[in-house]
Amino acid sequence: MANQDLKELADREYKYGFKSDIETDQVPRGLSEDTVRMISAKKNEPAFMLEFRLKAYKHWLTMTEPTWAHIHYPKIDYQNVIYYSAPKAKKKLNSMDEVDPEIRATFDKLGIPLDEQKMLSNVAVDAVFDSVSVATTFRKTLAEAGVIFCSFSDAVKECPELIEKYLGSVVPYTDNYFAALNAAVFSDGSFCYIPKGVKCPMELSTYFRINAKDTGQFERTLIVAEDGASVSYLEGCTAPMRDENQLHAAVVELVAMDDASIKYSTIQNWYPGDKNGKGGIYNFVTKRGKCAGKRSKISWTQVETGSAITWKYPSCILLGDESVGEFYSVALANHYQQADTGTKMIHIGKNTKSTIISKGISAGHGQNTYRGQVKIAKSAVGARNFSQCDSLLLGSDCGAHTFPYIEVGNTTATLEHEASTSKIGEDQLFYLRQRGLSTEDAVGMIVNGFCKQVFAELPLEFAVEAHKLMNISLEGSVG
Amino acid sequence: MLKITNLHAKVGEKAILKGINLQVKPGEVHAIMGPNGSGKSTLSYVLAGRPGYTVTDGKAEYNGQDLLAMDPEIRSREGVFLAFQYPVEIPGVSNKYFLKAAYNAQRKHRGEPEMDAGAFLKFIKEKAKSVEMDPAMLNRSVNEGFSGGEKKRNEVLQLAVLEPKLALLDETDSGLDIDALKVVAAGVNRMRDPKRAFVVVTHYQRLLDYIVPDYVHVLSGGRIIKSGGKELALELEKKGYGWIEEKVAA
Repeated sequence: MANQDLKELADREYKYGFKSDIETDQVPRGLSEDTVRMISAKKNEPAFMLEFRLKAYKHWLTMTEPTWAHIHYPKIDYQNVIYYSAPKAKKKLNSMDEVDPEIRATFDKLGIPLDEQKMLSNVAVDAVFDSVSVATTFRKTLAEAGVIFCSFSDAVKECPELIEKYLGSVVPYTDNYFAALNAAVFSDGSFCYIPKGVKCPMELSTYFRINAKDTGQFERTLIVAEDGASVSYLEGCTAPMRDENQLHAAVVELVAMDDASIKYSTIQNWYPGDKNGKGGIYNFVTKRGKCAGKRSKISWTQVETGSAITWKYPSCILLGDESVGEFYSVALANHYQQADTGTKMIHIGKNTKSTIISKGISAGHGQNTYRGQVKIAKSAVGARNFSQCDSLLLGSDCGAHTFPYIEVGNTTATLEHEASTSKIGEDQLFYLRQRGLSTEDAVGMIVNGFCKQVFAELPLEFAVEAHKLMNISLEGSVG
Repeated sequence: MLKITNLHAKVGEKAILKGINLQVKPGEVHAIMGPNGSGKSTLSYVLAGRPGYTVTDGKAEYNGQDLLAMDPEIRSREGVFLAFQYPVEIPGVSNKYFLKAAYNAQRKHRGEPEMDAGAFLKFIKEKAKSVEMDPAMLNRSVNEGFSGGEKKRNEVLQLAVLEPKLALLDETDSGLDIDALKVVAAGVNRMRDPKRAFVVVTHYQRLLDYIVPDYVHVLSGGRIIKSGGKELALELEKKGYGWIEEKVAA
């Protein structure tokens, strides 16, 4: 039946898979204390940074790669990865016009023009290419509002005291294997600081692009919102199509003080590998937010359509009384993609509240796992959580798995958990086709309907993107 | 408009239709009646192209084209509409959005420009009024949480929006109380047109009091065993299906 059409639909190609030919400055393959020192030296970092990196590196050596996730991949040879790769800068850049034309062209092709006139007027972008940030737009406009938004490297130079204070304060380098690795070798990322009482005047966004071959990307994002501040931040990611798997191990730390709110949205579209499962990005990411202040709020929204393997659990530590944590997720696993994703909500403060809405879509031979933890500490009087995990299966060779962990240490807490698994209905497809929609449009409509609750949380400009991305990623998905 | 010749079809391995012959001209309303399991719904699904319903012999011509060779969406765009007995729920997709996508798919097929959101909204609000549907239902997910009557009304709304040439109504009366039945029938009657044909599949005569057919056919054992005018339906109501079946068997 329509299975054939669905299959063709699933087999469409990844459109961001092109490579750019750019001269790069790389460190030699492999990881040692020297590599770590070399990266730090290349970036002219202050002593505290080198110290942080070395401690992390030494700790990493004592750790072993985690194996508990529901994912399978050949052993990674960490000595065969290039840990730092940067486009060779001809000279120091004074303005956006001086960005290497080849890099500008790359971002143009990705639909992220770095030219401020051409951009979405209310979105500031930090563009990260391989290991370094190549451009940040609207810095001046933001500075007038008191907002700092720049590359991590610039932040280390321009406001080292903030970096020293918050770096590793939410995700310590001891946290897990990949977080330790990141802490040792991370090269760039974005930093964002919203001072007291300021509502960030525009959407902030970072666009990550992996280009060079055999390199890993290890970026770090740190966002701090002071008392009463608020910000909405979005990250997008793509990579060329390569036969080899590439490692991406990022760390994101968020800190929200009293009455502050941070909305963090991700549209992750790393190269997923080809339809036979060859190549693709290993996306091993640690994201965590700390609601440090009273009535603070951190909201994660993620649309995960790319990567060969996704291993990430954007979490919230609800420390402040009455703080709120949210997690809205759509994860798609098509072809041979594997996604093990979810969240942790750690309730510590009184009357803290969390919401988890997870939508997993599996197609082809894709395996999709929701893994979530809700922990209510003894101190969390009156804590509340609502979790909803829905899985949609397209075809019969894919899988959906759910691992909810619940730990309650206070009897006044209220927890609700709802879960469902359904197969895309032949009757739904026929109904829509009988009204004149093609199979492709019908599948897109059903899947987008399934994801609606999550897409509704995205900033408007990106909700439309997410819709389209979902349709493209589903191409050839159902068998 | 529609010419069915010696149509045989199976569902899975089971032969259901065993030689249907039927001719429908523009402007006509044909009622297909018959006991449960006689193949009424199968006939509508086969004509609409539902996957899993395999034609094993015979043909169906639609305006001179081979209907059975077309994909379901092409049949729809060419003007064949099936009002479902059990309309399907599509969670998260608003009725309005769905209707617009369907309507524009049809327009595109005819080489007409797509209607923009504003104009379409006005258009469907009027259509909704014509089937006495609360406009708030346009914002709800397609059929999700609709009552039986609301679902059927929604089918008639789609009929009114898409303005097909050939409408197949599959047990549109099932699950309706008398008031809902009247509204649905009125919606259908408003669509009657010298250029449009209807094939109304029903188990009961009741619907035919409101949608008065030109022809009535009795389907049994996968064949049309008797055809006649609207009086035939009344006779069936009185005597049941048994007497014709016996007569045919004899």
